Amino acid sequence: MIFDEFSPSRTRRTLTAGGRTLRALGLDGPLTGVLAIIVCFGILVVYSASGQNLKMVEHHLGNIAIAVAAMIALAKLATPQYLRLFAPIAYVIGVLLLIVVEVTGHIGKGAQRWLDIGFMRFQPSEIMKLAVPMICAWYMHERPLPPTFKDLLVMGLLIAIPTAMIAKQPDLGTALLIAASGLIVMLLAGLQLRIILISIPLLGAAAVAAWHFIHDYQRQRILTFLNPENDPLGTGYHIIQSQIAIGSGGMFGKGYMMGSQAQLEFLPERSTDFIFAVIGEELGLLPCLVLLVLYGIVIGRALYLAMQGQDTFARLTGGAIALSFFVYVFVNSGMVSGILPVVGVPLPMISYGGTSMVTLLAGFGILMSLHSHRKLIGS
Amino acid sequence: MVRRVRIKDHWGEQRIYTIRSIVAAVMVAVLLLTVAARLFYLQVLKHEYYAELSQGNRVRTDPIPPSRGLIFDRHGVVLAENLPAFQLELVREQVGGIPEIDAILAHLVAIGLLDAEEINSIKRTILSHHVYESVPIKLQLDDEEMARFAVHRYEFTGVDIRTRLSRHYPFGPIAVHALGYVAAISEQDLKHIDSAAYAGTTLIGKLGVEGAYENLLHGTPGYREVLVNAAGRPVERQGAFTPKLNVRQPVAGADLTLSLDMRVQRAAEDALTGKRGAAIAIDPHTGDVLALASTPGFDPNAFARGLTTKQYDTLQNDIDKPLINRALRGAYPPGSTVKPFFALAALKYGVMTPDQTIYCPGHFNLPGSSHMFRDWKPKGHGVLAMRHAIMQSCDVYFYTVANRLGIDRMHDFMSTFGFGDITGIDIPGEKPGLMPSTAWKAHAYKRAAEQIWFPGETISVGIGQGYMLATPMQLAHAVSGIASRGEIYKPRLVTGVRPAGTASLTQRPVQPEPPLTAVNGEQWQVIVDGLELATGPGGTAAAATAGSPYKIAGKTGSAQVFTIAQNEKYHEKELSERLLDHALFISFAPADDPKLAVAVFVENGKHGGSTAAPIARKMFDAYLLPDKVPVADKVPALGKVL
Repeated sequence: MIFDEFSPSRTRRTLTAGGRTLRALGLDGPLTGVLAIIVCFGILVVYSASGQNLKMVEHHLGNIAIAVAAMIALAKLATPQYLRLFAPIAYVIGVLLLIVVEVTGHIGKGAQRWLDIGFMRFQPSEIMKLAVPMICAWYMHERPLPPTFKDLLVMGLLIAIPTAMIAKQPDLGTALLIAASGLIVMLLAGLQLRIILISIPLLGAAAVAAWHFIHDYQRQRILTFLNPENDPLGTGYHIIQSQIAIGSGGMFGKGYMMGSQAQLEFLPERSTDFIFAVIGEELGLLPCLVLLVLYGIVIGRALYLAMQGQDTFARLTGGAIALSFFVYVFVNSGMVSGILPVVGVPLPMISYGGTSMVTLLAGFGILMSLHSHRKLIGS
Repeated sequence: MVRRVRIKDHWGEQRIYTIRSIVAAVMVAVLLLTVAARLFYLQVLKHEYYAELSQGNRVRTDPIPPSRGLIFDRHGVVLAENLPAFQLELVREQVGGIPEIDAILAHLVAIGLLDAEEINSIKRTILSHHVYESVPIKLQLDDEEMARFAVHRYEFTGVDIRTRLSRHYPFGPIAVHALGYVAAISEQDLKHIDSAAYAGTTLIGKLGVEGAYENLLHGTPGYREVLVNAAGRPVERQGAFTPKLNVRQPVAGADLTLSLDMRVQRAAEDALTGKRGAAIAIDPHTGDVLALASTPGFDPNAFARGLTTKQYDTLQNDIDKPLINRALRGAYPPGSTVKPFFALAALKYGVMTPDQTIYCPGHFNLPGSSHMFRDWKPKGHGVLAMRHAIMQSCDVYFYTVANRLGIDRMHDFMSTFGFGDITGIDIPGEKPGLMPSTAWKAHAYKRAAEQIWFPGETISVGIGQGYMLATPMQLAHAVSGIASRGEIYKPRLVTGVRPAGTASLTQRPVQPEPPLTAVNGEQWQVIVDGLELATGPGGTAAAATAGSPYKIAGKTGSAQVFTIAQNEKYHEKELSERLLDHALFISFAPADDPKLAVAVFVENGKHGGSTAAPIARKMFDAYLLPDKVPVADKVPALGKVL
């Protein structure tokens, strides 16, 4: 009797209509639920941070709709076989588009990043955020783990090509994030500890060498991060104003839509890169911590789903998507709170701006597809 | 194929991946905790620090300038007031960038509202303000300029006419040297004023009462907290929040009541019209200055309106020196006006008795010297005593007195009347003149030969020539000492202060100086008799006093500008106008009960009796017979036309 109640059929019957819909779409309930909470919270924050600009909120909702559609489409339709097939194609297209941008690209914010394809503008580097971990996972899929030295060299080259091109745009922040997503695959694939230990001094040397190749403004950003008070009205302004916003918010915040730093525009990029400071200023410490916990749940759940992947490609792709998401969260919140230099990374799922939203939800769509389609592979 | 099977170990790979994932998850947790700790540090531990910084960001304190205190004459006639003025102002952000500003200023020059030479300084001023601030580019437009701008108004975006309070002097140039004026705060002013107290204020008092009493007149500025956004623009709300902001109203400056009597002042300035000179009237029993005139003057309203460099240079370089306050800063030889004082000294030191006579042959020689000191009357005055010596202004009599007194006794006695030192009137700029002594000469010259005082030099001082210099103010101060028979008061212009918002006028006490007690009543009477004789029939100022219902006591004087060589005669027709003698007249009336002491000085006026004394007469009439003096409605054209 009791045993009967726990039978799988009974459980399936108790699923709500929503649950059934999620299953039908190949979405993971907990992950989708937490992402939905964050996105809805983000809408409220964008309304305040934009200075109560309904037009921007409308646009934000439109972006969310596109991103959710992309997530559902990938979760439902992109089976692991298709994804594995598509990984090298996406990578090659991405590299080609980067070349196109290099040649004809629009000048956006002082950098050649944008590609205008008539009805919308997007950055080819966004494709690379997914294509680079996927190509690395694709490469390792047929090969035994941990990777050999030759495998590492090949993956290093696959990562270096787009990274170098994006760094040259110049968009050092995105280039580093893309390189990080590739490195995550290497680490998850079982990169040997001794190689990690050896590469730390090598990376240090590379950083010194890179210092001479990066643009002045990038160098300035790093210097300013190290000592923002040096240049309080120039590049240090962002860091100082952002910390003032968060710090002045205190435990309980100044009240929704009442933050002076945000509403009076002392806070730069208040609805995009620095939106986390708006939350800190207007709502206080607790919502910030809750948000970090929610991000933690998303990352944990995503890692858990990736771990259940049935082959190397699924596991490495899923893990890289989960950990890249974490990198975005950490780099943004670290930058806004003053423990990392200013890198143009939006706060995932909350910042105003379509590209980041679409890329992130598309990534989760791929992750969930790899998870929901796993039985099909097995059978 | 074999190789693949051997190495691809699915369970092993799964294990590697799981371990790596768990390590990654732990690192994620640690790093998220780091961010959480940072937030805790910022929002809890450093909250107060950042809260203060954020408050400083959002609230700007805008000053509210106080309104300047008013100035009244002794009867409550307004001498300086604040009136709304129309000024042209420009808002940079509405105009555009520097090329647009250049274009708009050039256009304003083209329609004649700005002077081409002022453009650069106006532009500097504009650029030194915030883009959203309204910057005055022309103060006080007149009706014609308003109309001209109105016609072209549509061509000027970002330029408009605004109203604000400006200083206005209803009598224009009258009493300008007593009142002073207000002008734009200069860079030099900024060095010694508290810039917080002048935030929002554009004008500051210069010279005269406006300058001396700046602290009282200025008042205390208020402030208004203004919510500003990052661009510095004032805003109403921060998002959904309307904060409560503090306002402190300014405290207006104190109103001042002056001792000036506009009737006497106007009489003096009317009479001085067209002349270069000064006239001062003092109440001998208080030291109150009832009139302080120096001509030519200038219109202080022009300074409040903002002078162009060219206009200022015109005033500065004018040959008649309208900016110089001759009453306080003109140090001239006092001439024969010093004679009653030396007569008094002779009595005090006993070197002459009132009735002791001397013979005047028309010249004077020091014993053993061939140098001849001439009398103004070549034939001589014959035998005369003190009263008639004063009446006829006999030079030989006073050469004798001086010779008997010696320069140091003359210096000591004259010092009690204030000669050789500033009178201490409560407005700035006074010159001390010069009352020479042997000690002075020993200090004033470097070469030993020049430090010796020669007896001949004493003789010249006896008739107010030689080294001696006095300002008209000093003469007025001194003659009021004779009028009050030794009661000496420090002259003053401000008699009462009324703090803003109160009805009670605080009277400032008179300031007595050490009285002259060594001279007895009879001796005083001798001097007063002499002065009365001088204004009576046969006296030097007889013409000016004819027909007055009260008696005037006075002494004329003239001071040489052009030195006549020995044995030469003075031909006034041959001298150019500016080399003619200065004319002086010191007096008080009524002679038996003095109510007003007057000193008049007219540059190159030739004779005290014919030029200076009639001016004093008009001032006495205005004060003593106020009903008989017609009050002119029109402000006389005394100022230099700008």
